[in-house]
Amino acid sequence: MSALPANAFDLLLGLGLIACAAGALLSRELFRAIVMFIVFGLLMALAWVRLRAPDIALAEAAIGAGLTGVLLLDTLGYLRRRFERPRPSPPSAPAAHTSDKEQTRS
Amino acid sequence: MKRYLLILLAALASLAVCAALALAVIERPEARTDLPRVVAHSTEHAGAPHPITAVLLDFRSYDTLLEVAVLLVAVVVALALREAQPDGPDRMGLDNPLLRAVMSWLLPLMVLVAAYLLWAGSTRPGGAFQAAAVLAAAGVLLRLAGVRLGGFAGERGARRLRALLVLGPAVFVAVGAGTALGGRAFLDYPADWAGGLILAIELALTLSIALALLSLFRLAPPQSDVERLPERRRRTRE
Amino acid sequence: MSATVLATDALYAWVGVLLCGLGLFGFIIHRHLLRRLLAFNVMGSGSFLLLVGLAQDGRGIDPVPQALVLTGIVVAVASTALALVIFRRWHRVSGESTLPEDV
Repeated sequence: MSALPANAFDLLLGLGLIACAAGALLSRELFRAIVMFIVFGLLMALAWVRLRAPDIALAEAAIGAGLTGVLLLDTLGYLRRRFERPRPSPPSAPAAHTSDKEQTRS
Repeated sequence: MKRYLLILLAALASLAVCAALALAVIERPEARTDLPRVVAHSTEHAGAPHPITAVLLDFRSYDTLLEVAVLLVAVVVALALREAQPDGPDRMGLDNPLLRAVMSWLLPLMVLVAAYLLWAGSTRPGGAFQAAAVLAAAGVLLRLAGVRLGGFAGERGARRLRALLVLGPAVFVAVGAGTALGGRAFLDYPADWAGGLILAIELALTLSIALALLSLFRLAPPQSDVERLPERRRRTRE
Repeated sequence: MSATVLATDALYAWVGVLLCGLGLFGFIIHRHLLRRLLAFNVMGSGSFLLLVGLAQDGRGIDPVPQALVLTGIVVAVASTALALVIFRRWHRVSGESTLPEDV
């Protein structure tokens, strides 16, 4: 079996994978990080096609990009909703509120 | 200051891991057995002509059985963590006529695609996992549109859900026990039954995996967020 | 491996190596649990790429690692979903999105 030489598309896809992973890990905003992660999953599906593994590509496109993305975004929406809620505030609430918000951001 | 130290440490650790893995890639030892050839050789006698399905459900079916068990355990933990609250109206109902109209087109298509993937799995790329993923995605869509899966509501519905969740592993174990009772090894199918048995297992697995993924999604939101929905809608409209 | 041209499979194995390192880096520097989950998943994807790329490099299609990775993807999504369930529960109980040991 002779190995297929990598072409420009492979190089570009590899770079795209690493860039998306870096974006998912290093973005300041959580929302952007999650979107980058979903894009990463889609690129992974392409990479599986290039590795001649159509079964994994199908699974990755449906699971890695679709379901995981929905789960993460749903959790993010849940976090935001919790913070935007007008709290029936106990006295110490405002301080906790801002510090929580910082934690979701950073 | 402490932060910089942490970043330095993380960079060092990841560089070390990269170096170790790179060494593994460069110094890859020669394979002792030619696995692709072994698989290609024995696929002729397996129940499914597609090599990956044959590996998943025939040669290495233990792995697959344990994988489904892992999924089941995950669902059990999620069930245990669920808060004791009545199942209120659906939190995620986006209640959008456009979404509903699109769904009425999309849903039959997704079910059809799932069925095709399941059926094609024995000869072509496809199979139980992909079909289950598509089915689970269809369920998530239903949920986003605020349609309740009525069959799984209430006490009896919960029991039905659990039965379906266990169905996949149960069929798998039953087949394994059957082959063991028949004097063969556990999960070593007799040659002329293999195709049918694998298809039966795949069918049960598809249902169970799809439901497991869906209920992991469904169990996540706490039910008490329900009353906040109208307020949220008002806000999005503004 | 052919000496001058980098084979496709080897290229993706190298990408997998980098992804593993990147994922570990993210996993250590972040305290927010959702970000750690993302980093963990990136690391997992890297190891999948490494597994398949390395096994297929110079040998042609190998169904065994492909089947293993298929299993791994389903387990990964299940563990991610479970982690999210536990994270929400923790967040609901404590109002925090990090673990106390890390502070």
